[in-house]
Amino acid sequence: MASEQLEEYLESILDIEEKEGIAKTSAIARCMKVAPASVTEALQTLADKGFVHYEPYKGASLTGQGREMARKVKRRHRLLEVFLSDVLHINGENVHDEACKMEHVLSDETECALCKMLNAPARCPHGSLIEACDKDVESCSACLHETLTPSTGSREEPLMPVTSLQPGQKATIAFIRGDSSVVQRLTDLGLTLKTDIRLVRKAPLLGPVEIAVRKTRLAIDHAIADHIFVTACGEKAG
Amino acid sequence: MRGEGRMSGCRECTGCGPTPKSPDTKREYVVALAGNANVGKSATFNQLTGVDQDIGNWPGKTVERAEGLLQYRGQRIRVIDLPGIYSITALSTEEQISREFIAHDHPDVVVNVIDASALERNLFFTLQLVELGSPMILALNQMDLAAQKGIRIDTGKLSVLLGVPVIPTIAIQGKGIVELSDAIISAVQDRPEPHSVLYGREVEDRIEKIMELLPAGAGGYPPRWTAIKLLEGDPDTVWEVKKQALAAVDAAQAYARELEKIHGEPAGTVMSGERYHASERIVAEVVEIHTPGDQEVTLTERVDRLALHPVFGYILLVLMIGGLLVWTFVIGAWMSELLTTFLSGIAPLRPLVQGSAGEILVAGAWTGFVAALTLIIPYVIPFYLFLALIEDSGFLTRFSLMLDRGMHKMGLHGKAIIPLVLGFGCTVPACLSCRIIESPKQKFLAAFLVTLVPCSARTIVILGVVAAFVNIWWALALYLFDFVLIVILGRIAFRVLPGESVGMIMEMPDYHTPSLPIVLGQTWQRTKSLIWIVLPSYIAGSIVITLAYAMGFLEPINNVLSPVTVILLGLPLMTGVVFVFGIVRKEMTILALAALFGTTVFSTIMTPAQLIVFALVTMFYVPCISTIMALAHEFGWKRALSITAIETALAVVIGTVAIRLLNFFL
Repeated sequence: MASEQLEEYLESILDIEEKEGIAKTSAIARCMKVAPASVTEALQTLADKGFVHYEPYKGASLTGQGREMARKVKRRHRLLEVFLSDVLHINGENVHDEACKMEHVLSDETECALCKMLNAPARCPHGSLIEACDKDVESCSACLHETLTPSTGSREEPLMPVTSLQPGQKATIAFIRGDSSVVQRLTDLGLTLKTDIRLVRKAPLLGPVEIAVRKTRLAIDHAIADHIFVTACGEKAG
Repeated sequence: MRGEGRMSGCRECTGCGPTPKSPDTKREYVVALAGNANVGKSATFNQLTGVDQDIGNWPGKTVERAEGLLQYRGQRIRVIDLPGIYSITALSTEEQISREFIAHDHPDVVVNVIDASALERNLFFTLQLVELGSPMILALNQMDLAAQKGIRIDTGKLSVLLGVPVIPTIAIQGKGIVELSDAIISAVQDRPEPHSVLYGREVEDRIEKIMELLPAGAGGYPPRWTAIKLLEGDPDTVWEVKKQALAAVDAAQAYARELEKIHGEPAGTVMSGERYHASERIVAEVVEIHTPGDQEVTLTERVDRLALHPVFGYILLVLMIGGLLVWTFVIGAWMSELLTTFLSGIAPLRPLVQGSAGEILVAGAWTGFVAALTLIIPYVIPFYLFLALIEDSGFLTRFSLMLDRGMHKMGLHGKAIIPLVLGFGCTVPACLSCRIIESPKQKFLAAFLVTLVPCSARTIVILGVVAAFVNIWWALALYLFDFVLIVILGRIAFRVLPGESVGMIMEMPDYHTPSLPIVLGQTWQRTKSLIWIVLPSYIAGSIVITLAYAMGFLEPINNVLSPVTVILLGLPLMTGVVFVFGIVRKEMTILALAALFGTTVFSTIMTPAQLIVFALVTMFYVPCISTIMALAHEFGWKRALSITAIETALAVVIGTVAIRLLNFFL
């Protein structure tokens, strides 16, 4: 089976997992618009390669390696969507399909260049969050202002945006995305790297999130908070 | 790592209290209060000087620096309350004001007011003052709050570490103020300069090398500060030093790039990180925490569960803002009636237009005085009282959080709620409070919308003209129309104006039970400042109107304006002059109507449709003179006059359409 098809499967499983916990064969078939039989075959292949745990009749769940792969492709997909709609002004309906085809052939180098050119966007045109990259940088400006490409794949733990934390959950700041003025503003208020924080609450309707840091509490715009990436406490890579 | 002090002789001796030595009483000393937003600077200021500076439980309330005099032990000390800032690095308006004052005006002592319950964050700013090397005192405020949170601070140790006096205070209750005053008196003479607090090795090495390249006095600041600012790439410092020491600037840029390579962050962020590290180290040494752990649910947490609840939070918000307005009208109308009965018992209210010049003058002045007292004060006092409660308790900041999302639709964010709510009272302070918004575009946008909020003056016109002589529903409809218009214009202006919109980052203060003296003090303070503007302008305005009327000056003005007032708006000819007077203050329109038509029963001079249109136009045309001045001060004359022109045109268009529609219906 072609690798791009496998990547499509991984993406679908990631989506379904986020919504339903475990990805059932039937759900995957519906999502990918293919026959359940082809899904079974694909899942077998993915399991052989170590990307999913597959149990017949129950469904599939991503392994650490599979999740990493799926996230990487998702990130590329959404970056491409931003590029297609904001730079090339491609008709909105076609953006998703075009990105779907292009995401599988994008190299690390191109992905990184695209991210820099688009100024490290936070969300795709449809509003979904773009994952942080796995480059060894602590803030985007390090990347945006340097000509060299940072080394890849050196993060030990998966990062999540502060907005994905649950109320009451504690975490440590690992990476702040965005230009230096945003980073400076947040840093001055005490959100420096490796600082422990706690998400107090999220206002409804993508309103501001409230974060406890250094014995004070800050209300931060949802879009800005999307740029703050953390490692959640008590969660290891896996 | 921390600064082993560069002790200079005398400081090691701790025995010298307030020195009674040769007091040169002729000299006036200057003391600046600086620190983070909402830590109690204004409360400290009020306690020191006896001046009533506004106090409110939201960050960014002090936008202008305030000045007062501390007279203590035979010394005269000018005390300056600076706007609260978190950093001297980034450059918002407040930061610029504070930075320039501390660095250029060289106050004799800076009193750094600190929230003892959030020491780590507050010391970040202290460390920047330390870099500046200005003589300083630390006022550890809100010690009660810290104690409640189980935080115990070793003030003696903190004082030794930083090399400056540390005074614990609870400014709101006046505790520690005597000690602080004593410390200030001795500090203006001793000038206790802080020890430098050293940062990480890789940073310190570079700072030192830059300092070596700096000629003495380059940039007008202490060399350590200049070196750090050069390393951070602060544009002002770079520009300043370039003229004298290009080598230092070049070296600093190279070092900054090295730091960026090592840390993967811009040098400015690296420096902020270093300051926080230093701050953490100090806190670790001086703070003991005695709580069962931070799992404990605080009062703030409990109130927030309701106030920020996705459903109940909004209900509470609507109740509070609705309550604010209803309370204002109900109490206001009641007080207004009481006062009117009382004052009309003293002398008749009918303005004279015939008789001797002296009689006309006195009658005019009296009418103006009564109008000011019965129209303004009764409505403003209850409004400011309720507002002070909302502010002081900390609810106002929660409104910001809850309405942030909605404000995005107008290109604003939650902080803009604060000026908009203040705008219900008086537009002028509301315009000034727009400074709490960071981006220039959003600041201007917010100020524009604030000028459309029905302030107490406009409310009085709506009540006095429409509610009184048409009915209450039309008055409410006008209010509603105003809100809709604000949203629509906000959306349009957001698209039209150049510049970018940034999101909100705001500190959430803890709730506290409002203190009665503060709430009353603040209400009185605001009412007083309004009286100072209103009374003279009313009395003068009233005299001018009656005089001009008696002398026949009004006819030509009315005739010039008649194409607009009569033909377009369908109002009586006399309203031309009324609108001219309304430019001074909007409620003057009521006064002028009464004076010119010789009646306070407006239904006898205009039809219901005319009354509604009259109120509509008054709401939206030229903002009052004080507002125009405030806008010009904040944004320049060009923008102030554009707002004036746009709103006047808008008022005419709305009025022209409205009179035709209303004549059809009513």
